[in-house]
Amino acid sequence: MAQDHAHLATEFNKDEPRVDWHDKTLWFIREKRDKAAGRVPEWEWLRDTASAIKENVLSHLSEYLVQFEEQAGRNGVVVHWAADAEEHNEIVYGLLKKHGVDKMVKSKSMLTEECHLNEFLSEHGVEVIDTDLGERVVQLAGEPPSHIVLPCIHKKKEEIGEIFHEHLGTPAGNADPQFLTHAARLHLREKFITRRVALTGVNFAVAETGEFVVCTNEGNADMGAHLADVHIACMGIEKLIPLRQHLGVFLRLLTRSATGQPITTYSSHFKQPRPGQEMHIVLVDNGRSVHLGRKDFRNSLKCIRCAACFNTCPVYRRSGGHSYHTAVAGPIGSILSPNLDMKKYSDLPFASTLCGSCSNVCPVKIDIHEQLYKWRQVIVQDGNAPVSKTMAMKTMNWVLSNPSVYHTAGKAGRWFMGKVPFTVNNGLNPWYKQRDMPEVPKESFGEWYKRNRK
Amino acid sequence: MRVGLFIPCYVDQFYPQVGIATLHLLEKYGCEVAYPPNQTCCGQPMANSGFEHLTQGCNDLFIRNFSEFEYIVCPSGSCTLHIKDHLHGSHEGPGDGAEGVRKKIYELVEFLTDVLKVENIDASFPHRVGVHQSCHGQRGLKLSQMTELMAPPFSKPEKLLKMVKGIELIDLGRKDECCGFGGTFCVAEEAVSVKMGKDRVADHLQHGAEYITGADMSCLMHLEGILRRQKSPVQVKHIAEILDSKE
Repeated sequence: MAQDHAHLATEFNKDEPRVDWHDKTLWFIREKRDKAAGRVPEWEWLRDTASAIKENVLSHLSEYLVQFEEQAGRNGVVVHWAADAEEHNEIVYGLLKKHGVDKMVKSKSMLTEECHLNEFLSEHGVEVIDTDLGERVVQLAGEPPSHIVLPCIHKKKEEIGEIFHEHLGTPAGNADPQFLTHAARLHLREKFITRRVALTGVNFAVAETGEFVVCTNEGNADMGAHLADVHIACMGIEKLIPLRQHLGVFLRLLTRSATGQPITTYSSHFKQPRPGQEMHIVLVDNGRSVHLGRKDFRNSLKCIRCAACFNTCPVYRRSGGHSYHTAVAGPIGSILSPNLDMKKYSDLPFASTLCGSCSNVCPVKIDIHEQLYKWRQVIVQDGNAPVSKTMAMKTMNWVLSNPSVYHTAGKAGRWFMGKVPFTVNNGLNPWYKQRDMPEVPKESFGEWYKRNRK
Repeated sequence: MRVGLFIPCYVDQFYPQVGIATLHLLEKYGCEVAYPPNQTCCGQPMANSGFEHLTQGCNDLFIRNFSEFEYIVCPSGSCTLHIKDHLHGSHEGPGDGAEGVRKKIYELVEFLTDVLKVENIDASFPHRVGVHQSCHGQRGLKLSQMTELMAPPFSKPEKLLKMVKGIELIDLGRKDECCGFGGTFCVAEEAVSVKMGKDRVADHLQHGAEYITGADMSCLMHLEGILRRQKSPVQVKHIAEILDSKE
């Protein structure tokens, strides 16, 4: 592994005031979520219901997919199936080639991040403009998003001012959010008007009707799709819900969990192409059906990508999205990514204290922290633990399994001082770097007990 | 009531006074307490690192030490939760002894409030105290309501602490944020772990704490390490020490 979470997080922590700012910004969103959820008396019931609906979806996924394909086809939409990221990228590129187009607009889609579509298209000479403001900012900066809902949350407004100055020609030193937003609007408007193909993500696809719903706060998915001759919507196969009425559960949960808003500004339903327009849906597996077969991990496919687990995670807030080195960061990314590449992402399930806050905010009640624990077991048993760690664990286990060894290891603290990494008082000891050691008492509790009882 | 006292390994080695206070409390409330001398560890340090498959020795030892008791009490939410969730016998199934142990283990606070139903505590501790909600006790054992859930508030540790004469419990900016200890996380992710600890400490200090207490000594050991490095006069005390205190 080139750079794991611990190393990247250490880099991030070199600028402590920035960590404080990042932490507070995201905690503010967690608090907004708490207020919004608190105003819905049946909040916990909604979570239970959403979780149960998704359970049903996962148990009947193949049937719902076929039903969705039939309905969408009847509506005049072309449905494509992609087994993996490569097929997905080829399908999108094929559609662009067919129309002789080498420029397109794209609204937010974490799936296309997961598939590295932008890089793929760019290599094939296609220019992609991300139209979500935050995504456009990170795209101009040449970075991936650091958060699935708030892609440039790691950037301060002054930095965005500089990026816009460099790429969009705004005056140097201007970091006024309203001014910068206006500049972005003028810049994007020209793209919306001139691009003939628009790609969007999908938040929910309804098996019953063949329609799909795209949620944005900026209306950028609508601007793109309504102005383009060709609308391509890309979705992971787990985005299905059985009935349109289920949106009444999910739309109430999604944005309250995500940003603390009652609902997204735009929850746009797309059902059929307007006359003269082409509409395509790409259904992408990319490891999802393998994941579905993992008994302990399948219910992470319930995720609706609200990022509430990011905002509440004390580790995410203090390490930043890029330290997760994957498209979907945070706690949910740490249980989804090892399915895609266990070796590459073997560090992520360990980037957690297992505090459990993520599972409590999850609107579809994924047992995230329990899956983090279970992934650790799978990753170690698959042979991905460093040899030194395995040796240390074996030694520790031997001592702790043998009371006589544990006791004859000496009087209070002696064994711990020698064998447990955080109890050695020197500069190489990661415990001691920024923390003092506990004082070693005269006797252990066991020794005290022997003298004072019995 | 025969109670087996389980003192986690790091408490045994570094914080014997917490074991002593726990023993005093249980005896004070009429329990017949025994400390099996051959106990060591619940196995959590290995299991949380992904080595649960190595812990059968610890599991068997734990079952041998504690099967005979009516109740098992431990002054740590985290170790208790680990036993409840992950203790397995060598031969899975009825009669392996693990299920009985999993069902009768209690963390000290919940044992006092739920089993002994303590309504009065003869203790005094005239200080300003901040309560650290350790995650495994809070979110795992549900010792307190969690701020993420839209449900009525309660707190078993605070219920007990409020019975102590002279104590003043302070409010915090973030009531139940993790301190960053996290077992081997504290060294494997040193930077984030320490930053989380510093932020927790700052919250308590800003609200005027003289002491930080909680039901898990591991979190407190981490916070103590940071307080000492900062040369702060603020101290940590396990909740058992406060409930057993006469100042």
